[in-house]
Amino acid sequence: MPIEKKTEKKNILTEKLKVVNIGISTFADDLRSQNVEVVHVDWKPPAGGDLEMLKLLEKLGL
Amino acid sequence: MKISNSISKLSGVTQAAVVMATELNRRVLSEAGFKDAAIDLATTNDMIVAIEAKDGESIASALEETEKLLGSGEIQAGEKAQPATLEEALEIAPDANLVVISVPGKFAKREAMQALNRGLNVFLFSSNVSQEEEVELKALSKKKELLLMGPDCGTSIINHKVLGFGNSIREGNIGLVSASGTGLQEVTTLIHKAGLGISHAIGTGGGDLSEKVGGVTMIQGLQLLEQDVQTKVIVLISKPPGEATTKKVLEVARRSKKLIVINFLGEDNTHLVTGKLRAAAILDEAAQIACKLAGGKTEVATAAIPKETVSLALSEHKKLASGQKYIRGLFAGGTLCFESQIILQSVFGEVFSNAPVRHENIIAGNAASKKHTCIDMGAEEFVEGRAHPMIDFGLRKMRILQEAKDPETAVILIDVELGYGSNDDPAGQLVSVIEKAKAIAKDAGRNLPIVASVVGTEGDFQGLANQEQALSRAGVIIMPSNALATKVSAIIASGKKGSNPLQEF
Repeated sequence: MPIEKKTEKKNILTEKLKVVNIGISTFADDLRSQNVEVVHVDWKPPAGGDLEMLKLLEKLGL
Repeated sequence: MKISNSISKLSGVTQAAVVMATELNRRVLSEAGFKDAAIDLATTNDMIVAIEAKDGESIASALEETEKLLGSGEIQAGEKAQPATLEEALEIAPDANLVVISVPGKFAKREAMQALNRGLNVFLFSSNVSQEEEVELKALSKKKELLLMGPDCGTSIINHKVLGFGNSIREGNIGLVSASGTGLQEVTTLIHKAGLGISHAIGTGGGDLSEKVGGVTMIQGLQLLEQDVQTKVIVLISKPPGEATTKKVLEVARRSKKLIVINFLGEDNTHLVTGKLRAAAILDEAAQIACKLAGGKTEVATAAIPKETVSLALSEHKKLASGQKYIRGLFAGGTLCFESQIILQSVFGEVFSNAPVRHENIIAGNAASKKHTCIDMGAEEFVEGRAHPMIDFGLRKMRILQEAKDPETAVILIDVELGYGSNDDPAGQLVSVIEKAKAIAKDAGRNLPIVASVVGTEGDFQGLANQEQALSRAGVIIMPSNALATKVSAIIASGKKGSNPLQEF
């Protein structure tokens, strides 16, 4: 099960943005060009894109 | 799309497309003259590379370049592999505070849930997320006091950084929360053009103000801006929400200590004007009121049509043939399409659209225009397997030529969006087709005026002045806002100046 991040509740408007980008890579490029720190995820459909398998994985909390 | 553009520019290539083999794309290719059994047999699991060139040598080099561009996303030997999951990414960036998600809709909820469960805010660009999933996601974001912008959120500007599509806007004291992407772009650029700036612009996604979702993100955004010291004036933008949601949002707005401009497009919002609340019927008016409240000049650039433009529009009207009666609006921005309909309805009554303000005026997007027509070319029927019309001008170009051939078209009205995510050179895409459209009309003995507004600023990488000048050189009448472009089009088509508040200038 994912462990929740135990950090103090902060407000996104008052913090410096630090981004994880999942999906279209040009969004990461555009953010980097604005001097935003970005980690891009090389995303692939989970369970090979099989939705039934995905539902099973979700049931298991994976 | 970027690959199609790059290949089209190669020497010897007359047209090229590298597209997913959807039914829509296969039809477009066939209309463009690409007819082949391989295209007919292709499915959505296939990609079609279609190249038309002057000789075999050009085709061979274009194919080589295509393969190179298609392969450029692969990780080369020796390069550091990227994380494959959010979990892995958080090992690299444990202090990340926002996840931008643009995976296909059916996987979007899973990724967004994981992000929220890890205490991270989310910008969810993905569309095709069901309303049930949105309700579930927003219940979680509300519980965790995290901002979930989306699903189907095209743009936000947080701490002066653009997420998704958006423009380079000056820093200032106006904060926005918007359920409309192009609405947000239009109002923020108009604020910039008026010499003022913004604190934050929070996109909520188009479904946020539905009764089932209940405006969770808009209310959160409003509360965040309420606490934000930089924000003095708040603008709320949406197409008309449901009754219960309107009530909920207004309850929170009325408790605010800040000045709030409500722009629920197409609604008579005048009854909302109480205490610190102000109402605006259209985007242009929302920008004007916000600027005035934020301490700007009363007379902002978009408040009136210059007298010489009125004269120009009236002289364009005189050049129309007797059959040229109707405005044909071809929009990349859905909310701009909506705004134009509101204005044109106030002048002409009936306006037809594939995304109509009044349901009885619906026509199919690919059907021929009927009287005054405004087409939202970003609607689902046009974007299946294609990039958004802000990026891919292919279908809009075809439609411009179609309207030019129609003897009833009096004026073509278009919008052009600059900024992150948009086409590198929209004017470059449009100039040749505009010249062609004007030539088609001229050959048939007609004059065809084309009116446009450019949503953008000088800070955008395409450059506002460059883009406006290139369009202007092609004979396009450029106005500083979509509302004014629509009003000028109305003068050209009718030969009359307006007489009610929506037509004021």
